[in-house]
Amino acid sequence: MSTAMVEAKGVRKSYGNLEILKGIDLRVEHGSVTCLIGPSGSGKTTFLRCINHLEKINAGRLYVDGSLVGYEERNGRLHEMRDKATAASRRASGMVFQRFNLFPHMTIMGNIIEAPIQVQGRPRKEIIAEAQVLLDRVGLGDRGRSYPQELSGGQQQRVAIARALAMKPKLMLFDEPTSALDPELVGEVLDVMKDLAEEGMSMVVVTHELAFARQVADHVIFMDQGVVVESGPPSQVLDDPQHERTKAFLSKVL
Amino acid sequence: MQTQKPLEQAGHVPATAVEESAPVIALKHPVRNAIAVLIVVVAALAAIDVALNDRYHWDVVASYLFAPRILTGAVLTLVLTLVSMSVGISLGAVLAIMRLSENPILSMIARAYIWFFRGTPLLVQLIFWYNIAALYPVIALGLPFGGPSMVLGSANVLISPLGAALLGLSLNEAAYMAEIIRGGIGSVDRVQYDASKALGMSGSKLMRRIILPQAMRVVLPPTGNQVISMLKGTSLVSVLAISDLLYSAQIIYSENYQTIPLLIVASLWYLLMTTILSFFQEKLERHYGRGFDSVIKRKRSRKVRSA
Ligand SMILES: Nc1ncnc2c1ncn2[C@@H]1O[C@H](COP(=O)(O)OP(=O)(O)OP(=O)(O)O)[C@@H](O)[C@H]1O
Ligand SMILES: [Mg+2]
Repeated sequence: MSTAMVEAKGVRKSYGNLEILKGIDLRVEHGSVTCLIGPSGSGKTTFLRCINHLEKINAGRLYVDGSLVGYEERNGRLHEMRDKATAASRRASGMVFQRFNLFPHMTIMGNIIEAPIQVQGRPRKEIIAEAQVLLDRVGLGDRGRSYPQELSGGQQQRVAIARALAMKPKLMLFDEPTSALDPELVGEVLDVMKDLAEEGMSMVVVTHELAFARQVADHVIFMDQGVVVESGPPSQVLDDPQHERTKAFLSKVL
Repeated sequence: MQTQKPLEQAGHVPATAVEESAPVIALKHPVRNAIAVLIVVVAALAAIDVALNDRYHWDVVASYLFAPRILTGAVLTLVLTLVSMSVGISLGAVLAIMRLSENPILSMIARAYIWFFRGTPLLVQLIFWYNIAALYPVIALGLPFGGPSMVLGSANVLISPLGAALLGLSLNEAAYMAEIIRGGIGSVDRVQYDASKALGMSGSKLMRRIILPQAMRVVLPPTGNQVISMLKGTSLVSVLAISDLLYSAQIIYSENYQTIPLLIVASLWYLLMTTILSFFQEKLERHYGRGFDSVIKRKRSRKVRSA
């Protein structure tokens, strides 16, 4: 079996006594798009944050591009990595948050070049040129000198996508990237994401936009109460769900 | 309901030309304006009275304003303030980060430091450092040469009155600055850590580039207060026989009995220094306010004006 982009085996995560993820198994192939759907509180965000080790898992194994996230396996045991090493291993994935989370004290250009300059140590000129290409690509080529607060939500989210892409990740994680947006701004962000998918970026997307999932996803995973209830191609999970819980959820969302 | 109807009508029926061009009349505040005028008049009269009152001895004020002893005192006060604040802020930042650390020992050390230095009078701390040589001749044993008496002497040199003053002021200030900076760091949205970690940043870079610059917005105003109270608080070091601005003025009026004029001289210098420092504070606040609401509003209104 070749290595997957993301591979989860029995991933468990608890906050105190409360178990949020109760053994998640899934596989995301290279260059594929996986949409994660499920009711509020089912652990979608938590799982996404585990993938790039913003949360530590309590049990199971989580591999990104073939290597363990945040841990090193030595003599059959997992050893937690130091912060620096964890940070380095995170660079394989980029993350886009529900509330954009841009750096408010930096310009749009500053937001995009910050991590590449600080972390990758490549020449500044090269990074700025790349950032300009990314900004053009998300349709904000002329806004490099603005501050995040001066942009609309949709524009901020597109900057957030460009910022993540500037690190040249192999995998993009999206946590409900459009649910904080006014309805008329959702389309512009989804369009950028569709382009990315077409270019072959591996993506895991938590979303309530079922039309997007139907159109773009190779795989849809329905989660509820910390377990994967159902997974498969969108035509199967969204249009012909087998489980009662999936049916109940879809009837509410539609 | 009542306001809605005319609005709807306005949409359909064009308003008359007279109504459209009618000038907007701003709300008037007669009582407020009257009070303001009254205050201005009273203040002006008081100022004239002060200026014309011979007993203030303005001629003495003028003759001492640039007296060498006063100038030396002013420079010393400024140096004490700037050095103590610089050390205080740097050490304070370290203490704040220690205090917020997940390591309980580091956190406890910072807590204990802050507890001690905020909890004891600055005057006592200053006198303590001044007398450290007498209290701890033991320090001397670390020195490579000589008997106890000789060593005591060199310890005294080691901590001169000025050294004791700088040490006392800096260490005390660090405790206050630690709490101010801790508050600033705490005010930064937690998601900023997530966002920068997700981009592969960590450790001191994350702190220096992302968190501290945002904390500055909250840290600066109280720090401005600290600088200004430090400026005046340095006069406490006169107990160590250091001739700062206020102490220099006091020495002069103990000779010529011109108490009020010399205190005015000192105050004018304090005012000047405070003004300059406040100017820098405002500049810094504007710098670190970039990208946050207040500054944007300023920019927008400027754009509107030019439009
Ligand atoms: N830091 C935390 N401490 C304790 N409990 C938490 C924490 N973060 C999340 N939880 C809990 O974990 C559960 C799953 O949260 P999660 O955010 O993963 O859900 P979600 O599927 O993303 O929901 P939503 O659709 O509302 O975003 C929730 O019950 C939440 O209260
Ligand atoms: Mg969520």
